[in-house]
Amino acid sequence: MTKIGSLEELAQMREKLSSELKIRELSNDPEIMVQVKVAMSTCGIAAGAKEIMTRMITLLDDRKIDSIVTQCGCMGYCYAEPTIEVQLPGKDPVVFGRVSAERAEQIVDRYIVNGESCEDLVLINKN
Amino acid sequence: MSHYSSHILVCGGTGCRASKSSEIIDNLRAAVNEAGLPEDVLVIKTGCFGFCEQGPIVKIIPDNTFYVGVKPEDAREIVNEHIIKGRKVERLLYTAPETGQHVSDSKHMNFYKKQVRIALRNCGFIDPENINEYIARNGYAALSKALQMTPDEVIKEVMDSGLRGRGGGGFPTGLKWKITRDVQAEQKYVVCNADEGDPGAFMDRSILEGDPNTVIEAMAINGYCTGASKGLIYIRAEYPLAVERLKIAMAQARELGLLGENIMGTGFSFDIEIRYGAGAFVCGEETALIHSMEGKRGEATVKPPFPSESGYKGYPTNVNNVETYANIPPILLNGAEWFTKIGTAKSKGTKVFALAGKVNNVGLIEVPMGTTLREVIFDIGGGIKDGKKFKAVQTGGPSGGCLTERHLDLPIDYDNLLAAGSMMGSGGMIVMDESDCMVAVSKFYLQFTVEESCGKCAPCRIGNKRMYEILEKITKGDGTMEDLDKLKNLARVVKDTALCGLGQTSPNPVLSTMDNFWDEYVAHVKDKTCPAHQCRDLSHYFIDPTQCKGCTACARVCPVGAISGVVKQPHAIDPLKCIRCGSCMSKCKFNAIIIK
Repeated sequence: MTKIGSLEELAQMREKLSSELKIRELSNDPEIMVQVKVAMSTCGIAAGAKEIMTRMITLLDDRKIDSIVTQCGCMGYCYAEPTIEVQLPGKDPVVFGRVSAERAEQIVDRYIVNGESCEDLVLINKN
Repeated sequence: MSHYSSHILVCGGTGCRASKSSEIIDNLRAAVNEAGLPEDVLVIKTGCFGFCEQGPIVKIIPDNTFYVGVKPEDAREIVNEHIIKGRKVERLLYTAPETGQHVSDSKHMNFYKKQVRIALRNCGFIDPENINEYIARNGYAALSKALQMTPDEVIKEVMDSGLRGRGGGGFPTGLKWKITRDVQAEQKYVVCNADEGDPGAFMDRSILEGDPNTVIEAMAINGYCTGASKGLIYIRAEYPLAVERLKIAMAQARELGLLGENIMGTGFSFDIEIRYGAGAFVCGEETALIHSMEGKRGEATVKPPFPSESGYKGYPTNVNNVETYANIPPILLNGAEWFTKIGTAKSKGTKVFALAGKVNNVGLIEVPMGTTLREVIFDIGGGIKDGKKFKAVQTGGPSGGCLTERHLDLPIDYDNLLAAGSMMGSGGMIVMDESDCMVAVSKFYLQFTVEESCGKCAPCRIGNKRMYEILEKITKGDGTMEDLDKLKNLARVVKDTALCGLGQTSPNPVLSTMDNFWDEYVAHVKDKTCPAHQCRDLSHYFIDPTQCKGCTACARVCPVGAISGVVKQPHAIDPLKCIRCGSCMSKCKFNAIIIK
């Protein structure tokens, strides 16, 4: 470890380190955040759910959106894997199917960021 | 930047470690590696979560699942079910006793609902052995802020916050700092009093184990304000884990230049040394503590001179308690005004309590000043164990007193507790139920002070011993009404004439139980009975012939052969032989043994 040479350096260090703890800070109030659940069952994993989960985390991180991405069991839509459920704060959850890397980006940008209804991507709308 | 999608927090406090939490961590890491997820799941050992009753505790982030009573062999299931399959392990979830329902997240548990965590803000949240996690949570930002202010401005902020010493006395912290600052000397010292000695108290230990850096940071701020370049932490050697984590934290802080010469390039220098205590209660008193650090006998001396004027090696010394220090960084970061909004008129902020005794949820809690005893014992503590009746709560340890049912709605703060005949103390809170004898309780605390008295002044050395002998006589059934008068009188004399805080407060348990449970003392003396059936010499065992089936179980278990009788005929106890051990009572299946 190198010594912190000035007060600014401490602030920079904190800036860098705080992102690692963000997941813990946010988890106390999940309802005020975007919650994403990735169905991580055998069929989901085979269809690429693990990659989609990483993709979602990266996409949301890049856009600095407070979110928690977790995995869940099989949602039952094995024909449409990988499936993810997205719940915006104060809204009912929406399930998206056949999520590819490219569709994941659309979900983040169109549904989560812009709040469009995205009927073309939605598998089940619980709204 | 890391991309861990899950964090698993495991309590690494002393309580949970005793229940094998270190093994749980090893097993969780092994299971995570086996599942091929070391890049995705981070297993962290944290400080105390506070809910010791339910330990060991494992918390899964980000879905905030709180697992209780986890065993090392459960680790694999948690990883396989929760992490891989996303299914909560139902059998390890906390069951709310009120509803019988599982509560998966701590925010919705009654134990946590009324708590406000300032001193404990990082306990159970960060890895105490990793300074980076402390820095990420605004660690050392308060020191950084203080170094950009003048010492007088920082002291004013602490004074304005209304923070009072959390070690028990309740002296205004800012004022103490100012007094030390105003004394001119070539060298000054700041000391952290971590000599936590009350039976059943573990607030300071948990802070040091869970968040050692907060104490280091606050001591450096204190050093900057008072003009001291040296800090000393006086900690008892019985706290090996706290010592170890302090050492790690100090080494990491030095490496980062947060301790030592020229801190963060500002020209301010400050370093800390650890001094070990051998675990004497009197060394929590600041003059005795200083003598012990100097290598002398741990005895109190008359104040003045106060340590602020002439302390360690004759230099001005500022002594503060661990919990007091833990409040300093948040006060500087959030401002004095923020702090004054929490608490009561004369007691600001929160207080950490170690809730113990006959209460359902034993643990470490932090509540705003002004919370009532009822809220602490019944809402947070979950009421009395085994559905028994509440009898008293002892606050302030051996220097405090017992409060009763009629004090339950008393808002807790320094002045209210003092007015009710007890004291805040360092924060031990021992709850008693109807089966506790109050005479025996005061005897227990007095025995503690008799053993811990340093022997320097006569009132404490002889007075407490005599009081103990009178109590012994009463619990044996040989007491008289004159003894009660003598006891009360002696207690007042000791209180008024002892040299230091230990002796001045040691009669408190006796006086408060005499005030609140006078009838119980009279029953011991006049009727020669112990209403709680706890004093052995005053309890008499009988066999109810209508209930006894003559199974001979009691006769076989009796160690002195006091029970006789024919098989299938009611038995009888010979009172002359009976040693009142109670073995027969626990063995009898027909509730035929009665105690009078």
